[in-house]
Amino acid sequence: MLAQTVGALDIIVVLAYLLVVIYLGLLGYMRTKSATDYLIAGREVHPFVMAMSYGATFISTSAIVGFGGVAGLFGMNLLWLTFCNIFVGIFIAFVFLAPRARRMGHILDAHTFPEFLARRFESKFLQIFSGLVIFLFIPLYAAAVLIGGSQFIAVQFGVPYETALLVFSVIIAAYVVVGGLKGVMYSDALQGTIMFIGMLTLLVFTYKQVGGVTAGHEKLTAMAPLVPGKLQAIGHRGWTAMNPFGWGDIVYNLWWLVIPTITLGVGIGVLAQPQLVVRFMTVKSKRELNRAVLIGGIFILVMTGVAFVVGALSNVYFAEMGPRLKGRVVKVIDAEKKQAVMQLMSQNDAGEWTDVEGKMAPVLLDGEVVGNTSVDGQEVDVVQGGSISIVIAKGDSGKIIPTYIKTALPKWFGLLFLLTLLAAAMSTLSSQFHTVGTSVGRDMWEQFTGKHGHTMMVTRIGIIIGIIYAVLLSYYWQESTVIPRATAIFFGLCASAFLPAFIGALYWKRMTRQGAVWSALIGFVITALWLLLVKAKEAEAIGLVQKLTDGKTSILAGKPNWDWVDPICIAFPISIIVAIVVSLLTKPPSQEHLNKCFKGD
Amino acid sequence: MLGIEDKGVLTAYLLCIASTILCIVYGLLNWNKGEEDIQPDDVKWAAEEKKVEEEL
Repeated sequence: MLAQTVGALDIIVVLAYLLVVIYLGLLGYMRTKSATDYLIAGREVHPFVMAMSYGATFISTSAIVGFGGVAGLFGMNLLWLTFCNIFVGIFIAFVFLAPRARRMGHILDAHTFPEFLARRFESKFLQIFSGLVIFLFIPLYAAAVLIGGSQFIAVQFGVPYETALLVFSVIIAAYVVVGGLKGVMYSDALQGTIMFIGMLTLLVFTYKQVGGVTAGHEKLTAMAPLVPGKLQAIGHRGWTAMNPFGWGDIVYNLWWLVIPTITLGVGIGVLAQPQLVVRFMTVKSKRELNRAVLIGGIFILVMTGVAFVVGALSNVYFAEMGPRLKGRVVKVIDAEKKQAVMQLMSQNDAGEWTDVEGKMAPVLLDGEVVGNTSVDGQEVDVVQGGSISIVIAKGDSGKIIPTYIKTALPKWFGLLFLLTLLAAAMSTLSSQFHTVGTSVGRDMWEQFTGKHGHTMMVTRIGIIIGIIYAVLLSYYWQESTVIPRATAIFFGLCASAFLPAFIGALYWKRMTRQGAVWSALIGFVITALWLLLVKAKEAEAIGLVQKLTDGKTSILAGKPNWDWVDPICIAFPISIIVAIVVSLLTKPPSQEHLNKCFKGD
Repeated sequence: MLGIEDKGVLTAYLLCIASTILCIVYGLLNWNKGEEDIQPDDVKWAAEEKKVEEEL
């Protein structure tokens, strides 16, 4: 049955690709070509391999499908996130944090992010606590990645979401079991390369479709009046315009979502991503990191930059060339530009047109009359036109990129893009589950019991629980608008709980154990409370606040902007202040320990 | 410029390209800098990391 809906060629190509990845994995495994082996042998991993592997781990289906879709909904202002991804996630991370993290990690013999913090600050509690936070919350991010891939498969091949999720999860689980966790850099690098080619092709295609760079952007700018009223009310001013900034009015809501939650949360949170910090330690010298900056910068631009530009420009494609909607004009927005609001209609077998109840859409009219009908005794034309991406994706932003690829691009590209997404998902998920495993085995189990026995079994059980937990979340949520939210929660949490301690560990000798522990605890607690009680979307989904307040979605509901503010805006600054104040008030670490940590500085 | 009138979005668009150029220039200028000899710490770390990988 699957072969009938999906097509034999598609299955063959995907299987061939999977075999190559598995072959590379096995080859790497047998020839012991993981980064660690290179280091043991005193050789270095090629910077291209290092950068591609880092990039493939960093960028996932969540970034491409989830955030690309958000750009389709909100516009190119999301490019601020790409800027942060490149400047913070690559430049700052590789130039300022990675060399020290690598050196210190080796001296302290740290193999996980929690272990790094724990050894630097001599706190077992910090290791167990960080391990627990990672174990509990990284599956949220893994679920976002799984949903992104499954939604694409569902749309591309017209199969139910549940089937897509099942197939996708089986592929991922097989990959993880076969050796995706071994840190074999060559399969990651292959995946990075496929992602690069896929996204670059997508960009060229898209700009060609919309008439070129400047012309495409101009068309998108001219579409601003088509923004639906609900979005205009919260500050959407078109797909090439920033949202108004201010406080105390719902018109500022969107700014508070796009800039602090998405741009800042994800843009800065990347610095304290447990699975990425450990990657820094696998390189031989600072030279490799320097070289990786060049490749990483280009890679990220081509990943998120392209996803966001294409996401936004998909509006032009759908309006001009996408599926045609039919109906009657209820409001003319701009007669010259042929922009109008349309009541959608459907035609029955007898050829009569009737309203599709409750379905209105902003459209770019073709100028063609396809029929006529009567409304309140008056004869009106039935016309047709194209609408904006979010309408075509039926209100689900995560379906914008998959729908665009299915309708706008040739079928072979859909297949290439499927490989791109599989690659993006596999490389990210395998490192996420690797991190889940070590959090449970090394950070929690070994620290709790104080011994090494059974670690392997506990680690494996941890991974299995992590995979099941992530798949269940993906099954339960389904809706792909959850992708950017779950990703932003995890990145924001990492920033608020771990970033002050991580930067302090690398650059501030006066930072104390108490400073690090309290900063992590406060950062975590404030984030959790804010999500439970204040931030409306998340609080509403969790449901506690409704019980406490007789049905309100936030304890600050009705006070504009507060319930849209991301926890990072509150938790991160407080976590920094706590780190500094508590450190200054407590006894500094011993000179002996500092000399060890900062050896060679 | 580039068909984008809004300065905020145009700045973001250009900054993406500028930061990529920064990465390229930095990478080229430092292509051969930063070589470090392998220390005993590095080898010890790598050996332990291999064990961690094997446990997975």
